[in-house]
Amino acid sequence: MSGGGELLLEARDIVKQFGEVKANDHVNFQINKGEIHALLGENGAGKSTLVKILYGALAPNAGQILWQGKPVTINNPGKARDLGIGMVFQHFSLFDALNVVENIALALSAKEDLGALAEKVRIVSAEYGLPLDPYAIVADLSVGERQRIEIVRCLLQEPTLLIMDEPTSVLTPQEADQLFETLKRLTQEGCAILYISHRLEEVKNLCHNATILRHGKVVGSCDPQLETPATLARMMVGAEIDIVKSSDNQANVGQTRLALNDLSLSQDGPFSVALKNVNLDVQAGELVAIAGIAGNGQSELFDALSGERRAAKQSAIVVDQQEFGQKGISERRKAGVAFVPEERLGHGAVPGMLLSENVILTRHADDADIVSGGMVRTGHAEQMEKDIKTRFDVRMSHDNPEARALSGGNLQKFVVGRELLRNPGVLIVNQPTWGVDAGAAAVIRQALIDLARSGSAVLVLSQDLDEIFEIADRIAVISRGQLSEAEPAVDMTREKIGLLMGGLGEKPEADSHAA
Amino acid sequence: MRLELEKRSEHSKAMAILSPLLAIALTVIFGAFLFASLGINPLKGLYAYFIEPLTAGWSLEELAVKATPLVLIGCGLSVCYLSNNWNIGAEGQFTMGAVFGCVFPIVFYEWESPLTLPAMLIFGILGGMAWAAIPAFLKTRFGTNEILTSLMLVYVAQLFLDWLVRGPWRDPDGFNFPESRLFSDATILPNLAEGRMHWGTIFAIVVVLVMAVMLAKSLKGFEIRVLGQAPRAGRFAGFSQKRMVWFAFLLSGGLAGLAGISEVSGTVGQLTPVISPGYGFTAIIVAFLGRLNPIGVLLAGLLLALSYLGGEAAQVQLGTSDKTTRVFQGMLLFFVLACDTLILYRIRFRRASAPAAGGRSA
Repeated sequence: MSGGGELLLEARDIVKQFGEVKANDHVNFQINKGEIHALLGENGAGKSTLVKILYGALAPNAGQILWQGKPVTINNPGKARDLGIGMVFQHFSLFDALNVVENIALALSAKEDLGALAEKVRIVSAEYGLPLDPYAIVADLSVGERQRIEIVRCLLQEPTLLIMDEPTSVLTPQEADQLFETLKRLTQEGCAILYISHRLEEVKNLCHNATILRHGKVVGSCDPQLETPATLARMMVGAEIDIVKSSDNQANVGQTRLALNDLSLSQDGPFSVALKNVNLDVQAGELVAIAGIAGNGQSELFDALSGERRAAKQSAIVVDQQEFGQKGISERRKAGVAFVPEERLGHGAVPGMLLSENVILTRHADDADIVSGGMVRTGHAEQMEKDIKTRFDVRMSHDNPEARALSGGNLQKFVVGRELLRNPGVLIVNQPTWGVDAGAAAVIRQALIDLARSGSAVLVLSQDLDEIFEIADRIAVISRGQLSEAEPAVDMTREKIGLLMGGLGEKPEADSHAA
Repeated sequence: MRLELEKRSEHSKAMAILSPLLAIALTVIFGAFLFASLGINPLKGLYAYFIEPLTAGWSLEELAVKATPLVLIGCGLSVCYLSNNWNIGAEGQFTMGAVFGCVFPIVFYEWESPLTLPAMLIFGILGGMAWAAIPAFLKTRFGTNEILTSLMLVYVAQLFLDWLVRGPWRDPDGFNFPESRLFSDATILPNLAEGRMHWGTIFAIVVVLVMAVMLAKSLKGFEIRVLGQAPRAGRFAGFSQKRMVWFAFLLSGGLAGLAGISEVSGTVGQLTPVISPGYGFTAIIVAFLGRLNPIGVLLAGLLLALSYLGGEAAQVQLGTSDKTTRVFQGMLLFFVLACDTLILYRIRFRRASAPAAGGRSA
């Protein structure tokens, strides 16, 4: 189990105030050498604030940090790294225009030859099952691959305390298992790991200790291996979480509402994935999920579905018997299709604009109450913002703030709620609950299922297999731009999906080996 | 003691209004230092610069004459900058607007009808648009940096004007001076009062009102702001980045062209080698000082017009160089851009040695 049990880091009475909100309210926290310590809590509970303080990215208003028994001042991340603290952030701190190895070099205190470093990156990343091309430009990488950079960057510094903010949310089960092996090996070497995750199953299996935060305060600690995911969740939210009501209605499935016919898309950058002859039908009343590892064509498929990139043939995308392959996103919205992209800030919402303005963003083309005669009716948009807020429990410090002021989970509830409010005939969602806490995730998943049951066709792209099994009627797997046949969820197992993710479902190229 | 910039969670509305006022205050303070270092009594200098031009009726009209091109161009540039298109070449578009519009009074000078003036104005707008279309085309087709292309085209336009008035368009009765023939009455914008204030001022006010409504209330205004702040979200909203490049450049070019032909036809009355004291560049300051908001641009345009008048007055009364105006304008832009940082950041004083993470108790 855990290593020495010698106290590595202790935080005493940490207080951090943002305006009127106490993000950390006299937080006490200890972590021992060689242990994996979970930090649990909903979005906004103060977890990120606490770890940012430990990593020197934020200064506390009061409190003290002891490192191996000695009081220390960690006033910048460089200081933290010198002590031996590494951190993998949830929101990546990478420069898009630089390549992988340049990004890593920036975080190292010592100057190092880029060529030698690239080789090191290649070796370390392969060793830990996080393959990376050191010369790939970050802008061209998927979210999952960007996270790998962050993890490898920390591992290179051989930390004694590694802080990980939701590291597995973009990994496949196999990759996650591999990461867990890595983490266990690190703990055997005496490294402590502070582990933030919303995946309670994972925390239960992996962690030795857990500290639970709620509204900025420590509300308890436990040995997660003695708990169940349900009891952990209850401690986190302080109440029972609604269990998502799963499917049992295959009978009610109606006519095809969304059909993809040999949808192909060429590469538009050196690291983008080409889509090859994607075929899929989604019927009224059903929820189809597409599983896959990050960077296998999900964002390209989403762009083709939304019309942000046009297909080669008009017939490639059919919604309710109408062909849309080459039409724009507004045309598709008018036909009753709604979209939720993966990136909330900058794609699904404009960070510096009010929430009510972000309502206009996706509703201006199909809602005559919002735009009439080329003029925007802000009053109506504000009313819709209020409706979304109450229906989906979007929490905010004051009414109608800028989108950037919301926490990740709350913004996701808003972005999903905005699309659900129009009762779309077809809804396409990319990573519906990425980085969202358990309570909010349950709300979003239930809403997706309810929408499907009301006669809409729902297509979800997700890397979270737990989520997929929870909500999907049928499951397909995307791998290097090819989509496997969608099969009923009851016939699918994790192993089968894992194999399909590994490319088993890909059709052989014309010249290569037979199937 | 250490100064730190801390990011705010939202834009500060108070700072958005305070920032230009703060910038003006800083400009006045440093302006006083500037006068003192030139050996001029700062109070006397500032009075001559900023107060005296406002004390006479004729100079108030003169203020409107100077503010008109600044406001017209500044409104167009605001749309450009809001949509993240960096048109720096309004001076060239102003010049080409004047050149295109002057085809009628100089080449077809015998055509005098009520339609001549409208035709001049339309040609002026088209000339500005055509000149702005070049960087727009280069940006959408080849991904060229529009800051460079639009700026370089300014010098092409100025040299083209210079060549015209020294060559083909030189006044045959002008004793070889590098000037075009004088415009006939049918091609001169009517004055509004006794002084030099002309119809261009009305155009500017109408443009301010129309643009204010467009930016605040219309879907187009929304589109401009979305594409400027988050291009990916703009594409998700169904807006086209390329069309916005064309829209912003053609609109700002057209308005600069209108300013150019109005200036030549309303104020100068002929083409000369130099028709602008840098209105196209000063309008950049106007746009930023005015918060990229048409009403703000109107106020900022008046202030910058005052800096031109004050500069002229100071030359006469205090014997300062005409470069003083440029220095004042430069300081103003510098300070307004610096103060704008405070809209999204706040300044924190922090004692460097303070135990940031350690406690008071040990």
